[in-house]
Amino acid sequence: MVQILDTIGACKYTHGGRLHRALGDSEMAAKKAAKKAKDDLRVVLDNDGKVLKGATVPEISDDELLKIFDTLLMVRIVDDRMMRLQRQGQLGFYMKSLGEEASHLSVFPLRKSDWVLPSYREQGAWFWAGYTIDDFINQLFGNAEDPIKGRQMPVHHSANWLNYVSISSPVGTQIPQAVGVAMGMKIKGTDEVAMTFFGEGTSSTGEFHVAMTFAGVSKAPVVFVCRNNGWAISVPQAKQNAAESFAAKAVGYGMPGVRVDGNDVLAVIQVAREAVERARNGEGPTLIEAVTYRREGHSSSDDPSVYRAASEPEEWAEKDPIKRLRGYLKERGIYSEQLEAEISERHNAAITRAYERAQSLGAPDISTLFEDVYEEPPWHLEEQRNYLMEQERTRNPHHHN
Amino acid sequence: MTTMNIIQAVNNALHIEMERDSSVVVLGEDVGKFGGVFRATSGLYDAFGGDRVIDTPLAESGIIGAAIGMALYGLRPVPEIQFADFIFPAFDQIVNELAKFRYRSGGQYPCPVVIRTPYGGGIRGGHYHSQSPEALFVHTAGLKVVIPSNPRDAKGLLLACLRQKDPVLFMEPKRIYRASKGEVPEEDYEIPLGVANVVKEGSDCTAVAYGAMVPVVEEAAKKADAEGISVEVIDLRTLLPFDIETVVESVKKTGRAVVVHEAPKTCGYGAELASSIYERALEYLEAPIGRVTGFDIPFPFSLEHEYMPNADRTLGAIRKTLEW
Repeated sequence: MVQILDTIGACKYTHGGRLHRALGDSEMAAKKAAKKAKDDLRVVLDNDGKVLKGATVPEISDDELLKIFDTLLMVRIVDDRMMRLQRQGQLGFYMKSLGEEASHLSVFPLRKSDWVLPSYREQGAWFWAGYTIDDFINQLFGNAEDPIKGRQMPVHHSANWLNYVSISSPVGTQIPQAVGVAMGMKIKGTDEVAMTFFGEGTSSTGEFHVAMTFAGVSKAPVVFVCRNNGWAISVPQAKQNAAESFAAKAVGYGMPGVRVDGNDVLAVIQVAREAVERARNGEGPTLIEAVTYRREGHSSSDDPSVYRAASEPEEWAEKDPIKRLRGYLKERGIYSEQLEAEISERHNAAITRAYERAQSLGAPDISTLFEDVYEEPPWHLEEQRNYLMEQERTRNPHHHN
Repeated sequence: MTTMNIIQAVNNALHIEMERDSSVVVLGEDVGKFGGVFRATSGLYDAFGGDRVIDTPLAESGIIGAAIGMALYGLRPVPEIQFADFIFPAFDQIVNELAKFRYRSGGQYPCPVVIRTPYGGGIRGGHYHSQSPEALFVHTAGLKVVIPSNPRDAKGLLLACLRQKDPVLFMEPKRIYRASKGEVPEEDYEIPLGVANVVKEGSDCTAVAYGAMVPVVEEAAKKADAEGISVEVIDLRTLLPFDIETVVESVKKTGRAVVVHEAPKTCGYGAELASSIYERALEYLEAPIGRVTGFDIPFPFSLEHEYMPNADRTLGAIRKTLEW
């Protein structure tokens, strides 16, 4: 029973139909709040990709639309392939984004000089910015060509050439850091913007609240993108939030909070554009709640069948972001099955190539273990490195590195 | 040369560096117009404005988190944590983030934040205004930890910290913030990190300390002299990476060592120092290394002077190494 109530709670904003049952006063209030929140949801496309009546379509060129489609497809294909590798025992760990890909395109309005402080489930943002499949897969393998030298477990990317900041596992730490980057931008007098991503569960951390206060007070040019995917591992969103919505929290920090259909890439871009422009114009931060759904497990180590009904992700498949964008492209007359097949083929081939190379490469050299702790290794690290290298030489006398 | 206390020396270093390098930004609680509760940032707000001397909301994890962001972006933030006792809300940001950014990003993201924080007891501050948590940070790969004991060092060390590219915890001995006065060059100078200072040469026993314990050890050494015991006093200045050579050379000469700190004994910094000495100079030692430390209890209020190491306890430990 508890499980069922949780499931209803978890879906209260987005599964209105399931609430038609005898509810107590508090649940009635929750229902009312949910309805209001639902009314506030920014949407452009319906579930088939048709433009909703009265909705404004953001200005996006055909080329850009196709590139967006390409990126979303790429995420889905990469996710599928990487999870299969994980299941085959080729890869230690992976995290998919199935159903959430559109929310990654919040980065669409950013310029090259802007900064992104991501969480661990925004592959699309990375690919959009130009992070290559080789870098991506090399990082997953932690091999000799991993951009971060095998220093972190899979999905903890870092790309300073893109101004994409190193990912951390403890959730929320990136949020005050993003505010700091934005404060720096303001101090330097640039018109750059910082964007940070986190999940709805992370909004429960102290870091979220602290960062929101710092941003509100400093009016730093930062955009907070809360991917509300319904679940923080096994805990439903209703257990992370008692307010009307996650976006509703913004008012307490003196900034606008916007709810957007996170499965509608056009709405995501529209809302992100407004927030980025506000930041760029010196009008301060915005909290965006991208309402979406994590259709698979939290990670390769998770098993959602233990804590939620299988029907839930199935219902959300109806709102699939790629399906909706595909429908829109068709309406716009720029879609063909052949085009999609070509894109898929290209990505699949690139993944195969990158994977084959990645798995053929060994781990980074042992001597690198002591690099980058400090700018220069102090004596105690030199001493420890020499010890380890000596051990290696004794163990493997033919290894001359 | 001008006579300064430690607060004035820190303030002077910040003035010099903010003047020299426009990327230096000071942030923290009350650091702006008020100039900090200990006045260490006094005058900076008027000189450099509110953009570079920022009164932040009252949240340490936000102060350090924001400082990290600024450093990633290319600024040189100098956050102040009002008391070292208040640093723990920012522990995750310091230990898991600040200290690890360079490493975990494969060298892509250096994070040169210099955190200033007053530490230590003897000011009737009770548990939450007296602690010495340096060992927790020395145990953190990726951080440097620096503790000056006098105004001249405070200025030179802080300037050196602000000109290297690793994160530093710069702990200021608040018990002697004003009491420690001395001649400080007015010009710009650096004291290199990782280099200890032999405060007083001696031949019978080496006493190693840092921060507010240095004058305590000096007093003990003076008393020892009167008893005919010659103590070499080493002020470590940098706790990580520390000057192992100076310490070991001294112990090889004297054959005895005492380490002194006000933090609790178990797993305190003295344990590391003693081990390092044993590893390198066991055959030179005439006696076990003495440890004079705070006790393994929460920092007390009414009986803080019973808690704090003093010259007599230090002298006792020195004598013990000679009597062994």
